[in-house]
Amino acid sequence: MQQVTLPRRRDPAPSRWAFRLHRWWLTPSVRRFLRLGLPLSVAALALVWVFSQPANRNAITDMVTEIRRSIAERPEFMVKIMAIDGASGELSEDIREVLPLDFPVSSFDLDLVAMQKTVAQLDAVASVDLRVRPGGVLQVDVTERVPAIVWRAEGMLELLDADGRRVSALDARGDRADLPLIAGIGADLQVREALELFAASTQIDDRLRGIVRMGERRWDVVLDRGQRILLPETEPVTALERVMALDEAQDLLARDLAVVDMRNPTRPTLRLNPNAVEELHKIKGIELGDILQ
Amino acid sequence: MTDLYHSQRAMRAMRKAALQRGVIAILDIGTSKIACLVLRFDGPEQYRETDGVGSLAGQSAFRVIGAATTRSRGVRFGEITAMNETERAIRTAVQAAQKMANVRVDHVIASFSGAKPRSYGLAGAIELHDSTVGEQDVARVLASCDVPDFGETRHVVHAQPVNFALDHRSGLGDPRGQIGNRLACDMHVLTIEGDAVQNLLYCIKRCDMELAGIASSAYTSGISSLVEDEQELGAACIDMGGGSTSISIFMKKHMIYADSVRLGGAHITQDISKGLQVSLATAERIKTVFGGLVATGMDDRERIEIGGDTGDWEHDRRTVSRSELIGIMRPRVEEILEEVRERLDAAGFEHLPSQQVVLTGGGSQIPGLDGLAPKILGNQVRIGRPLRVQGLPQAATGAAFASCVGLSLFAAHPQDEWWDFEMPIERYPARSLRRAVKWFKDNW
Repeated sequence: MQQVTLPRRRDPAPSRWAFRLHRWWLTPSVRRFLRLGLPLSVAALALVWVFSQPANRNAITDMVTEIRRSIAERPEFMVKIMAIDGASGELSEDIREVLPLDFPVSSFDLDLVAMQKTVAQLDAVASVDLRVRPGGVLQVDVTERVPAIVWRAEGMLELLDADGRRVSALDARGDRADLPLIAGIGADLQVREALELFAASTQIDDRLRGIVRMGERRWDVVLDRGQRILLPETEPVTALERVMALDEAQDLLARDLAVVDMRNPTRPTLRLNPNAVEELHKIKGIELGDILQ
Repeated sequence: MTDLYHSQRAMRAMRKAALQRGVIAILDIGTSKIACLVLRFDGPEQYRETDGVGSLAGQSAFRVIGAATTRSRGVRFGEITAMNETERAIRTAVQAAQKMANVRVDHVIASFSGAKPRSYGLAGAIELHDSTVGEQDVARVLASCDVPDFGETRHVVHAQPVNFALDHRSGLGDPRGQIGNRLACDMHVLTIEGDAVQNLLYCIKRCDMELAGIASSAYTSGISSLVEDEQELGAACIDMGGGSTSISIFMKKHMIYADSVRLGGAHITQDISKGLQVSLATAERIKTVFGGLVATGMDDRERIEIGGDTGDWEHDRRTVSRSELIGIMRPRVEEILEEVRERLDAAGFEHLPSQQVVLTGGGSQIPGLDGLAPKILGNQVRIGRPLRVQGLPQAATGAAFASCVGLSLFAAHPQDEWWDFEMPIERYPARSLRRAVKWFKDNW
């Protein structure tokens, strides 16, 4: 005979602990912790453990540098030549000198900002743009400073641009005879005024030797035959124009005088050469002697 | 009485806390099933200013987000008889509802039908100190009600002021601010066996939840099944449950009487089981599938296989005709309805202006009840179904869930009960601050 026993039906009710667990699981804070907080903290712990081993740390840094290198050294990112536009031969030599690059070099290793600063520090460079052109070319676009004046100071000759910034040194004055000459300490700070003075003195260009900054406050215009025009501190251009007008009208500068002193604009003064003074005395004597004799 | 105040007020505070959190569970403990609904209070009503009753009578304030039903265990006549079994059944229902709602519920409002509810009509009257009715006067008149001696072991579940009268004007809903000399009130108090409440409390505590209110299922099924004018004009709601049939009479939107008959659908099943010699489970199935109350000629020819698992072919192939089944069921249903009639007569139902009777509960779904009930209960009988509430699953919209739905309406909009009013100053402890304030008020 087969025993007929129906299988006991399972109690559908949850046990007290199952019920509590279910309610615990439905608690929002517990749920948030289990779903977000716990995995995150476990991951963080694992990470901390991995990094706490020096061997692992080294391996990871090595791996990272290796990957970076393999990407940086792809031919697409390699810079092979440098092209310099807008610079004279000498300046481009200088630029190549200050940017010591071993081509080919990866564009990842180029610090364009620092390189631009380095190039911009060159005196002859007004502004510079650097970029890596497709095809592995480092393009350097340079705007050169234009020399506008020659400055002689302390036995050295230097080329300055219109703003008074140094462009380069000059070996001999004759190399740039086309540019006007200024001299004296502090002359480079007032290049703009000097250029205005040169512009005002075009009619005596053939006689003009240069302009000298006196005591870092005023200008002397030096002509040949040792003639000088002393200009005031303020409004020197106006004073020079007055002299030019006198010269035009009375041929002033062609006469035998040493100095035209315009330092006090209300009282222009002339200083004659000794011969001229003698002559003047003689003439005065004759005039007076005629009367006396 | 002070003790009652404290326990009920604690429950009310807990209910308020649950509403603040927005989630509350409804637990209807019946003889045949235990149903649990999880309500979320986030409807448009919740955050809107309303004066009195909002749209859809306020039930749009909540939404059912979890519902579960389980076969009841350890409950007889609507009372808990085996605590462990009931606790397990409650756990099953609550866990399933929580799972559906996907939230944790901590507060429960429970209802049950048994525990011998008994209702009392109380009356009280006071002379007003000054001519205007204030909060304290309402408290005093409620306190002046002559409380009958319903016994130490009984517990008050509902104590609702039904009517206020000022001098000769009766039927006042809210007497505050009105002028008169003599304030009287009628109060309806429903008491049940205290043991039943203690058992329920214990079961719910064992489930790690807190009881935030109890209600009689007679009252809650009345709220959900009676329409508004029936509640206003006077009607009786008869909830035909599994182990007991509860009766509640409503008038002017207040419950004025509640009672229960300790007979129900389980007894019909028992009769079938005994009469046809089948197991209770088979009897229940036969009752729900083939049951009826009015036999016709067609029913004589319809044979029902009642089966069996004894291994005896003759025994296992038995059949009965449907009219035989009806012959078993009808006397029992008649008996239940006769009992109900008796209770209604005892309560003076015939003096009400309207004699509407609404049958609801699982037992009201027996085909043919709408033909049988008018013969016993009077002409105005209808079979009621509970109100629709938002989010209730289709399976839980039937008449069997009337008290569940009513309980959720009760949770959303409880009627003012005795303990919701201020406590009269005289009942505060002698050293209370309020008493001191009153003394100052009286003397200056």
